[in-house]
Amino acid sequence: MPESPISPNPHSSLPPEDHGTLAEWFDRRIGWRVPLREFLEERIPGGARWAYVFGSGLLFLLLSQAVTGIFLAMYYVPSADHAHTTVAYVMKVVTDGAFLRSIHAYGASIMVILLVIHVTQTFMYGSYKGRRELMWISGCILFALVLGMAFTGYLLPWDERAYFATAVGTNAMSEGPIIGQWLKLALRGGADMGTLTLSRFFVLHVFLIPLGLLAFVGAHLFLFRKAGPAGPPSPGTAEKKVGIFYPTQVLLDAAFALLLIIILALFAHFVPKGLGPSVNPADTSFIPRPEWYYRPLFQWLKYWEGPLVVIGILVVPGIITALFLGLPFYDRRPERRPWRRPVAVGTFCFVLGALIVLGIISYRVDNKDPVVAAQLVRQEEAEKQFMQAPFQPEVAGGSITASSTSEGSGSNPQTAKGKQIFESQGCVVCHGQGAVGTSMAVKLVGVGQQLPPDQLANLIRHPNAKMKAGGMPSFPLSDNDMKSLITYLDSLK
Amino acid sequence: MSEGPNLEKPEPSPDPPSPPVPAPETTGQPDRRRFIGWLLSISGAVVAVLLCIPLVRESLYPVFAKGTGGPGWSDLGPMDQYTQLAAPARQVIKIKTLDGWRQTISEKVVYVTKGPNGKVEVLTAVCPHLGCEVAWVQDQDHFHCPCHGGTFAPDGKYISGPPPRGMDTLPTTVQNGRLMVQYEYFQNLVPVKQVIG
Repeated sequence: MPESPISPNPHSSLPPEDHGTLAEWFDRRIGWRVPLREFLEERIPGGARWAYVFGSGLLFLLLSQAVTGIFLAMYYVPSADHAHTTVAYVMKVVTDGAFLRSIHAYGASIMVILLVIHVTQTFMYGSYKGRRELMWISGCILFALVLGMAFTGYLLPWDERAYFATAVGTNAMSEGPIIGQWLKLALRGGADMGTLTLSRFFVLHVFLIPLGLLAFVGAHLFLFRKAGPAGPPSPGTAEKKVGIFYPTQVLLDAAFALLLIIILALFAHFVPKGLGPSVNPADTSFIPRPEWYYRPLFQWLKYWEGPLVVIGILVVPGIITALFLGLPFYDRRPERRPWRRPVAVGTFCFVLGALIVLGIISYRVDNKDPVVAAQLVRQEEAEKQFMQAPFQPEVAGGSITASSTSEGSGSNPQTAKGKQIFESQGCVVCHGQGAVGTSMAVKLVGVGQQLPPDQLANLIRHPNAKMKAGGMPSFPLSDNDMKSLITYLDSLK
Repeated sequence: MSEGPNLEKPEPSPDPPSPPVPAPETTGQPDRRRFIGWLLSISGAVVAVLLCIPLVRESLYPVFAKGTGGPGWSDLGPMDQYTQLAAPARQVIKIKTLDGWRQTISEKVVYVTKGPNGKVEVLTAVCPHLGCEVAWVQDQDHFHCPCHGGTFAPDGKYISGPPPRGMDTLPTTVQNGRLMVQYEYFQNLVPVKQVIG
């Protein structure tokens, strides 16, 4: 505790005088030194190790994802008609936009890898034992939330790859019993994928799941500090040497974070993440494939058909999830050395190995089928081509396009002539294109319903005082031209 | 609960029996700790600043962008069609304005005409008086502004009426045999042409 100088006059309401360093000045007001010391002096049984860097590495990556995500959101519009253009804009136009998006996209993959390593390390060390049930469960929930972030974020670029992968993903959900169909309908916001699907995935990805992550990361860290690190699994090792978080473990964690940054930056710089052409739901030749971390599940679901699908989609994953989630509740032996826990470690390795094998099979099946392989290569090529093409801005609503200019002049020659008069006589200058009105003059759309033609013609030839004051000149048009002009004005709606 | 001693938060043993002393005290190596503290703070700050560079460059776009295209040129069609001009030709050009990832297309009226030395010139139809759209009147062989009656010669020279100067010429170029024009706006009511955008 820092000693605060005692005020010479106990009755004085003034605080004691400030002296000392700037750090002390702040500490007297904030009191940050005690919690900081508490944080840095965490005891690490067995001393600092490289094996412990994965948790802090995940925390660091989560922060990186949050920051890059916020900056990407500066340009992103979550709507089916703009999403792809805005992502293409970030990729092709915005300075360092491609770099940041690549960091974000590759960061997701590295997070999944680190998660698996973190869980494996926790499992092998038996670190879930000893009043760490809630910590384990919060970790399981975090795992699910990260996979949810990966699933929802994948759709947002709204290119073909994203669209079709999510279409398959949500279709797979619908095969689940009872709530399957309902879940698909709710996630998609309708029977088909569309702009509502994109809005929902955006809100999940940017607001709801991050809130859950924040809450459970907080819980996970709090419970971790409460229970303390478990230390190495061999009995006695932890007692021989007790390390302190600062400085050795802090240095190891920082070095690992630096390694992560370097790997991500190198990938993002030299092989930036691609973006495919915009969604074309009518493209039936497109072969959807999920991102690599969903490949095992993708392959697994292929083996289950008809009534057996319930087993593949619900029973087996359900059993594995329940076994995983309940682990610290039924595995209550204090033994933590992995070679003394053959059943638990064997089961874990079997499941992990099976997932890896399923993933490899999925890629091999694609490579062996020449039709699929050729199509996948075509898709890669289309993506490369799209990335090389210059950015194509979206034509804004309200723009004069070929279709809107031909309107009103197409069908009726008199209307066309009237439009020409409207433009050549300068009416358009004040009343605007299509007579929609400007700051200088009123709109004339619908004026035909308010005034009979002869009265309107009279006003155009001889404007009243109010119109003259607004700058309306008189137009001595011939009867024929006047008729055309009024026909044109009548045609505007 | 578990009996495994390594599962619980280890208590600092008051009297360690073995030489590798557990629980190095914070006061043990203050110089080393302080040095590492400085090292971490400084290198952390350097890395943080480096990481902020792409964030700043991305979020402040286009501050750090190199040459964002420059002015756009609008196509007026093949140059050949303008070599034998008898009278100013009214043309509607499309102006593309970029607004981030959106593009607004608007139409502007220009006249392709022969300049004083016989060169092809492009005039904006905006009257230098109050900005009305000047019309070409074929029968009278001059331009006529419908708002306040200013008139101009076929090459845009001032003839009569309230306008302070003749019609304004626009920058042109020929690319691949096509006449291109760059649309500009000019200050009205002043005797000398001034570009305002």
